[in-house]
Amino acid sequence: MYYIDPHIHMVSRTTDDYERMARMGCVAMSEPAFWAGFDRGSVDSFRDYFRQLTEFEPKRAAAVGIQHYTWLCINAKEAENVSLSREVIAMIPEFLDKPNVLGIGEIGLNKNTKNEAQIFWEHMELALKTDELILIHTPHLADKYKGTRMIVDMLLDDPRIKPERVLIDHVEEHTVKVARDHGFWCAMTLYPVTKCTPSRAVDIIEMVGDEKIMVNSAGDWGPSNPTAVPDLVQEMRRRGYSEAKIKKIVYDNPLEFFRQSKRFKFREPA
Amino acid sequence: MPAIQTAQQILDQVFLDTRAKLLEVAASLDRLDRATGAELAKDDPRRLRLQKTLDILASSATNRAEQLQLLFSDTYDEKWQRPAPRA
Repeated sequence: MYYIDPHIHMVSRTTDDYERMARMGCVAMSEPAFWAGFDRGSVDSFRDYFRQLTEFEPKRAAAVGIQHYTWLCINAKEAENVSLSREVIAMIPEFLDKPNVLGIGEIGLNKNTKNEAQIFWEHMELALKTDELILIHTPHLADKYKGTRMIVDMLLDDPRIKPERVLIDHVEEHTVKVARDHGFWCAMTLYPVTKCTPSRAVDIIEMVGDEKIMVNSAGDWGPSNPTAVPDLVQEMRRRGYSEAKIKKIVYDNPLEFFRQSKRFKFREPA
Repeated sequence: MPAIQTAQQILDQVFLDTRAKLLEVAASLDRLDRATGAELAKDDPRRLRLQKTLDILASSATNRAEQLQLLFSDTYDEKWQRPAPRA
């Protein structure tokens, strides 16, 4: 089955992972801008990072037949540095016309601080100015519920926000309805220990339905599995779901969301 | 999206895996209680939360996972101060 991984950080993965994903049926992926594992020192390091996302990774992906898309932002962890964040936000428009850019992301909160909320809000302003899709990171573990509520508050406070153009990521049992009740798209991340498992993700889909929901691996430099989406495919097959039902989660839904981006051009696999 | 499997089918599939996970929980609690300082650790808020999870698991609620998530979550205050527009 062909699938799309709508959230994976390929800058931190080897080319072997691209090969494995292609062999497991991955035909497209989207890579949000994220925290590298250390705090970057200047806006120029972000400029180079965005070049990597918009120039190098698409080539690496194309070499194995995967279409690569990306999102731009300064991530929630580094958003604590307000002055650097504002320099990065001012620089993002240099890259918004690159053909693989889907929108602004993954913006969000990390420890739910005042600075993080301020920079989240300023990213929102940029996204609204240029009519971009928005991809949102919700915090980990104990911070997740409070952070998700704060994020939804900020989104709802602005009547210009169209919920169908916003994807709230890393939802779990206690935050999925917070996102869906207000019409936002949501995604579950199949990542060991700190996030969800394939079986819990399928449970959540059974409880809330299969509209406006997707799954991803968020594979990064930590212990993570870039083929986690095929693991969910297997779990759904194990439970007896049809190929059409499974395809809706791992292929149709991501495409439906991404097609709202004015730059999104997708070649259907033959 | 209604679940396709019957309770019996689910039990057949998950029994061994769930048994293994519960054993891991039991072993972790035993390890805690065997360790030096176990009496003091009993009052650690994390230990108390772990104990509360056992109450949730033992209940007949159908949203135990959600309840556990909320038990381990920070409190949300709807009156938190929103960001201000830049001058």
